Amino acid sequence: MTNQTGTRTTTGTLIVKGTVALIAALLLFAPFLFQDVRSLEVAARICIFIVLVASFDLLIGYTGIVSFAHTMFFGFGAYGAAILLKQMGPGWTPVLLGAVAGVAVSIVFAVAIGLLSLRVKAIFFAMITLAAASVVLVLASQLSHLTGGEDGITYKAPDLFKPATKLLTDADGKVLKVFGVRMNGKLAAYYFVFASCLVLFLVMLRFTVSPVGTVLKAIRENEARAEAIGYRVVAYRTFVFCLSAAIASLAGTVYAVWLKYTGPDTALSFAIMIDILLMVVIGGMGTMWGAVIGAVLLTLAQYYLRDLMGAASAALEGVPILPELTAPDRWLFWLGIIFILLVYFFPKGIAGTAMEKGARS
Amino acid sequence: MIMSVPSLSTRELTIRFGGHVAVNAVSCDFHPGELTVIVGPNGAGKTTYFNLISGQLTASSGIVTKDGTDITRLSPSARAGQGIGRAFQLTNLFPQLTVLENIRLAVQARAGQGWRMFRPVSQFRGLTEKAEHYLERTRLTALAHQTAANLPHGDQRKLEVALLMAMEPDIYMFDEPTAGMSLDHAPDVLDLIAGIKSDPTKTVLLVEHKMDVVRALADRIIVLHNGELLADGDPAEVMSSQIVRDVYLGNATEETA
Repeated sequence: MTNQTGTRTTTGTLIVKGTVALIAALLLFAPFLFQDVRSLEVAARICIFIVLVASFDLLIGYTGIVSFAHTMFFGFGAYGAAILLKQMGPGWTPVLLGAVAGVAVSIVFAVAIGLLSLRVKAIFFAMITLAAASVVLVLASQLSHLTGGEDGITYKAPDLFKPATKLLTDADGKVLKVFGVRMNGKLAAYYFVFASCLVLFLVMLRFTVSPVGTVLKAIRENEARAEAIGYRVVAYRTFVFCLSAAIASLAGTVYAVWLKYTGPDTALSFAIMIDILLMVVIGGMGTMWGAVIGAVLLTLAQYYLRDLMGAASAALEGVPILPELTAPDRWLFWLGIIFILLVYFFPKGIAGTAMEKGARS
Repeated sequence: MIMSVPSLSTRELTIRFGGHVAVNAVSCDFHPGELTVIVGPNGAGKTTYFNLISGQLTASSGIVTKDGTDITRLSPSARAGQGIGRAFQLTNLFPQLTVLENIRLAVQARAGQGWRMFRPVSQFRGLTEKAEHYLERTRLTALAHQTAANLPHGDQRKLEVALLMAMEPDIYMFDEPTAGMSLDHAPDVLDLIAGIKSDPTKTVLLVEHKMDVVRALADRIIVLHNGELLADGDPAEVMSSQIVRDVYLGNATEETA
């Protein structure tokens, strides 16, 4: 069976979509299913990174543009909200202004970088984005009166998201518990993150199947022919670079509101850029579903692989060598091995490879 | 014969790569309803001349006009928008997209719908229907949902032609459209070209080596040799002229030697 957009439906595709639906359901009910602070932290981070990775995939997977400046745009959004929340005090106005300012600065940078360098070879473009991102990272740590330098900025979120805020109260005026979960500001903050990320993700999903989405794929497949049949390749590339930057910036704003802290390590560092790259490669480029799977897997590994190995190490007590190998300190080593195996067995990423498998039904 | 206004014209068109002049001061007019075959030995500058007209290369000097408008400095996409369509000698498709998607991209470009982003492409029924129409005309309907990379060579050549037809240009430029095609496939493509030729508003340029094809289709032949326009005129006249014989036979003896 083939749907109207001409993509083939395989059993692999169904499995991938089913997995993504399951992840969406788990994230939707996360506060009720995983009732501890750390789990909610992980769930929120997963939501943010799904959007961040999906917006990066618009560039690398759909259009074939390699950029290393994606955390820069993420940082613009995060710092925009952070600086205004710090200066103006908690409230929705600084969040909105921060979001708008972050998007505006991101688009100015994206247009400038795009028009200057999307005409040149891909490798030069990648280098220019790397240079821009480095400059912004240095600026963020140097302009410490504004950005808090290496320490970052701590601030208060809007009142609605304070843990003390009671969304629902019981007869005694205490915060109501539903299935053991307090209906407080923390819950509101999580659903703010979840809803914002869901909207952004759905916007991107719809965008990828629109006529512009098909042109982007054409540019990835054969830039010269796309130009020859009448598409202005530079204009499309600059546009998608701006769109992807704006979405990354909005994700940054949401993350800043959630964390109530913004610093180079949470919003600008190259470590985040590397995480994004790993997620998009593990998940599979050129499919929005891949972003979901990659973000979930890598975030879970980063947070829980150590715990898992601690447990394994303890369980293997007394066996020679094995407890040493599985010591929690070696988690990065195992993460590396898992990554190599994934790339080897899923050359197009988990979603990309899986969607090619299975009988065409 | 009274000639109509040229739809496409090159004046002293020249391009140099370093010291090498690949196309040297070629001036030529092309008219609607006329099919011109461009012949010449390998390296004569036929494909380079095409690239200068469709915009993949920009001329060092000289001009190209379409319906009297100077298009010498326009980008390939802008020239496509002006009605210049080009098929390529080496298969030049969107390999990981399906046959239908390939054609729909050309239809979509022609319809100026390439910037629509708020509705899924599947809701643009008109685009899909038109793409299906061209699939039918090129007899590719059965392969609509195959990826282009998976097609046999002959069908890829047909898709190459279908992409050009879906652009609905005024000027059709074919660069060895039957190259590498089997004998049972080639007539399909030649029939398509003959169909386009029968429309008096279309101008067709064709680079072709096979003499039977040239004889069957050509209204006019121009001969390029070392980047220069060597001969131009009626097919029978040009093919029998001494100068063309010298170019071809001279070359042939060099090659066999």
